[in-house]
Amino acid sequence: MAFLRRIQRSDFIYYFFRDPVAYISFFILLALFVSAFAAPLIAPHNPYDPTTIDIMDSELPPVWSSEGSARFLLGTDDMGRDMLSTMLYGMRISIIIGLGAVFLQAAIGIVVGLLSGYIRRLDAILMRIADVQLSFSTYMIAIFIGATFQMMFGVANYEKIAAPLLIFIIGLAEWPQYARTVRASVLAERRKEYVEAARVIGLSRLRIMWRHILPNTLSPVLVISTVQVANAIMSEAALSFLGLGMPQNKPSLGSLITSGFEYIFSGTWWITIFPGILLVVLVLVINLLGDWIRDYLNPKLYKG
Amino acid sequence: MDPLVLVSIRNLVKRFDITGGWLDQFRFSGGKISKERTVVRAVNGVSIDVAQGETVSVVGESGCGKSTLARTVMGLYPAEEGEVYYKNTRIDNLSEAQRQPFRARMQMVFQDPYASLNPRMTLGEILREPIRFHQPKLDKGAVAEKVALVMEQVGIDPDWHTRYPHELSGGQRQRISIARALTVEPEFIVADEPIAALDVSIQAQILNLMMDLQEQNNLTYLFISHDLSVVEHISKRVAVMYLGSMCELAQAEELFQRPRHPYTQALLSAIPKLGKAASHEKLTGDVPSPINLPPGCVFHTRCRHANDRCRLEIPQLLTVEGGTQVACHGVEEGRL
Amino acid sequence: MDKLLTINNLNVDFTLRSTTLRAVNNVSLSVNKSERLGIVGESGAGKSVLGFSIINLISKPGRIASGTVMLQGEEISSYTYEQMRQIRGNRISMIFQDPMMTLNPVLTIGEQMRETINAHASMSAADVDAICLEKLRKVYIPSPEKRLDQYPHEFSGGMRQRIIIAISLLTNPSLIIADEPTTALDVTIQAEIMDLLLELCETEHMGLILITHDLAVVSQVTQRIAVMYAGSIVEQGATEQLITNPQHPYTKGLLGALPQRASRDGRLNQIPGVMPGLAKIPEGCSFRNRCSLAADICLTQPVLEEKTSGSQVACHMVK
Ligand SMILES: Nc1ncnc2c1ncn2[C@@H]1O[C@H](COP(=O)(O)OP(=O)(O)OP(=O)(O)O)[C@@H](O)[C@H]1O
Ligand SMILES: Nc1ncnc2c1ncn2[C@@H]1O[C@H](COP(=O)(O)OP(=O)(O)OP(=O)(O)O)[C@@H](O)[C@H]1O
Ligand code: SF4
Ligand SMILES: [Mg+2]
Ligand SMILES: [Mg+2]
Repeated sequence: MAFLRRIQRSDFIYYFFRDPVAYISFFILLALFVSAFAAPLIAPHNPYDPTTIDIMDSELPPVWSSEGSARFLLGTDDMGRDMLSTMLYGMRISIIIGLGAVFLQAAIGIVVGLLSGYIRRLDAILMRIADVQLSFSTYMIAIFIGATFQMMFGVANYEKIAAPLLIFIIGLAEWPQYARTVRASVLAERRKEYVEAARVIGLSRLRIMWRHILPNTLSPVLVISTVQVANAIMSEAALSFLGLGMPQNKPSLGSLITSGFEYIFSGTWWITIFPGILLVVLVLVINLLGDWIRDYLNPKLYKG
Repeated sequence: MDPLVLVSIRNLVKRFDITGGWLDQFRFSGGKISKERTVVRAVNGVSIDVAQGETVSVVGESGCGKSTLARTVMGLYPAEEGEVYYKNTRIDNLSEAQRQPFRARMQMVFQDPYASLNPRMTLGEILREPIRFHQPKLDKGAVAEKVALVMEQVGIDPDWHTRYPHELSGGQRQRISIARALTVEPEFIVADEPIAALDVSIQAQILNLMMDLQEQNNLTYLFISHDLSVVEHISKRVAVMYLGSMCELAQAEELFQRPRHPYTQALLSAIPKLGKAASHEKLTGDVPSPINLPPGCVFHTRCRHANDRCRLEIPQLLTVEGGTQVACHGVEEGRL
Repeated sequence: MDKLLTINNLNVDFTLRSTTLRAVNNVSLSVNKSERLGIVGESGAGKSVLGFSIINLISKPGRIASGTVMLQGEEISSYTYEQMRQIRGNRISMIFQDPMMTLNPVLTIGEQMRETINAHASMSAADVDAICLEKLRKVYIPSPEKRLDQYPHEFSGGMRQRIIIAISLLTNPSLIIADEPTTALDVTIQAEIMDLLLELCETEHMGLILITHDLAVVSQVTQRIAVMYAGSIVEQGATEQLITNPQHPYTKGLLGALPQRASRDGRLNQIPGVMPGLAKIPEGCSFRNRCSLAADICLTQPVLEEKTSGSQVACHMVK
């Protein structure tokens, strides 16, 4: 009860519900997440089960066009899979890769940022590594690692490890964003007197970093996390487009767009357009929410 | 050394290198590239002995190195030169592990009540941490008891231990800050402008609290302040600093009645006094920067009594009658 | 006597999402021509809000709820933005605590001074420069010709505050509102700035409202003092009278808490408790729960009225 009352009174909730962009984005995102993770329950077909797929159904248009079939709401793709179900499963993969990659980025970036912000001796070397890392684009690294793996293990095996590999590649490519953000706020926090007070008590550096500084640097981390999830989902889509993403039998949103791209000029537009719209909506609402959180945490804009 | 001396600061020197990256070190002048560092000379050879149970104050204007002195004594900054002794043990060159036992005996209270408490920890967590750290064997109940005890000592309701610092006023935060220092039962407390950010009516509360605690716990204070009327009230001895150097160290009464150093005189006359029309001694000129310290006496650019010797030779501390130590050629030569 | 500024029953409200807070509560004040008035009180008492409301510059959720502000007989509290702009920086100047907030770091002080003059008058460039130099000399800036082309960061804190005073003099205002002009400065510099303000008010016949929390400072500069507590004025009177014979328990407490008033090495006389936030001001007398004299009658709000001592005091227990 007390907890509920606190939530009711909190500024966060108050400002959240006053901003239609914020709550509409939030509810769309919630709906997308729920339908992605509940895909096995709500999807009308199982695109992973070859026995349910009939090649005769391939390239059926959506239900509202004259040749559409009532069984396939948004039509079917070139292999005869139901578009709607494939998209839901694909969105699940995209989200998992996005979250996983950001988790990895954050883990590496926060540790590096804390160390280089608090232990000045490590700063120069760690930040140069970050600079070098940033100067390679994500795609370059991905193409390099992806191509190497495909060559070493063959395309068939590559498909098995594609998802974790993508998480690894995207996570590795973008950790410097986190490292820089965390380092900047560590530099601001470490000069505050509560850190000096902790040093006067004699606490170890590790404990000061972990217990005192880290919790106070989390707001900017939260803000960039939203943007980074959206970016990671986009990166995965882009890599799929280059043929380095998820394989066709386990497609993500990106690989669905790619597979449909071949047919778009033969009039089979829905295989590309529907996943495309879904991807844009997903990325957009995450970014809108991220913007809102950034504004909320900036006390000059709200509460003033 | 005098057995009564608890903390002895000897010829402490602290410089900050603010050159920045190594590219910034190169200067181009007169057709030549030279390598140069920019150094802030924050504290230049300060010596103070603090006796058991007394309050020694350090006063001076903003930027004269008071906080730097305090932090160097506490080991937050390494000293460039000079020594710090705690009861005959030299502590400035100890490793972090060797310093541990002294951490519990020397504590610090900071100026800014809004920055000196971790905003993400409750009051209870803030106060439990030092106890747990220094007395890991204590069980939970004993720790809680101790926390309640110090909170009571500083006049905060122990039931507030679940509150966060932002729920408190400035004065209450400063009480918690003092309580945190007390949890480890120190003998020596460095207070860096503990009341500067507080309102007059709250300042009196905190000063009274500090004086009461001194009596109850037999504490020794190094009290840093720029408010001379407060310093006059609470300290036994006062050190006056200017641009990183100590210009005068005297018994409080002596200093306020008979200031010897020209800077001390100017400082005292500038204190606004209730209801009396201002009749202060005007200082001309600006305070020089600690990056380019003037040669000779650091005060000579603003001193009325400066002569050629003052512009060249650095005055040494001299003990005059009443036990006052002054660094001034004018006093030494009997001109003042 | 000639009234320069009169404030009648001014109320300033901050409308927050759940409540409306009254930051300035029924304040009436007046400043005579070339009179110096001090407003003292602790942090959050509403001093700055009062200062800003005089020139109608309260920041957003705040607004003047009722009351009037009259400048030389003109009611200015209902002026439009454009009319008010003509008064601000022209007939009333304001000086703030932090010089760097007022000065633009990327313009030379000459540019900033010329801009101020040109905003209120049209003159030849040579005349404008002559005025700038004259004012800089008035605030004792050495070799002002050279200084005109320098940037704010090339000056020390005390010099910057003097330049701000010079800027505020440019349009020959009849009233200066100085909000904690020396709080960020050292005592020796503070003494210089206060001397300067005092001298300028006398030679230029300007009125001054000096806002500060330091009783000693106001007592040296001003002729009259108003003490604010939690948004209201609790005592107002001639400086001499108020300092030597304070009437309101809060004023007494403030003066008594100064270290000068305590016996050496003895305890300071403290006022218990803290000033309540605006949301928690008690009913009746706002000082009630910190006051040693409080009685049942204090549950009703006391009015500010002249008492036997000659000062105006808002307290039931003062005769
Ligand atoms: N970490 C630092 N790096 C570089 N310079 C510093 C650092 N800390 C202090 N300084 C410089 O050292 C000088 C002394 O600073 P310090 O903070 O000790 O002054 P202070 O007497 O405490 O002043 P205040 O009354 O404003 O607190 C100043 O010129 C300051 O700029
Ligand atoms: N923008 C705002 N929104 C809400 N409340 C405000 C706002 N500005 C001021 N207040 C409230 O108005 C009250 C008076 O503030 P004011 O700034 O006038 O105090 P002050 O007497 O000038 O204090 P100080 O000595 O700290 O400058 C404070 O309680 C403050 O919380
Ligand atoms: S040594 Fe010379 S310059 Fe320095 S304070 Fe004394 S008289 Fe003045
Ligand atoms: Mg300091
Ligand atoms: Mg103010």
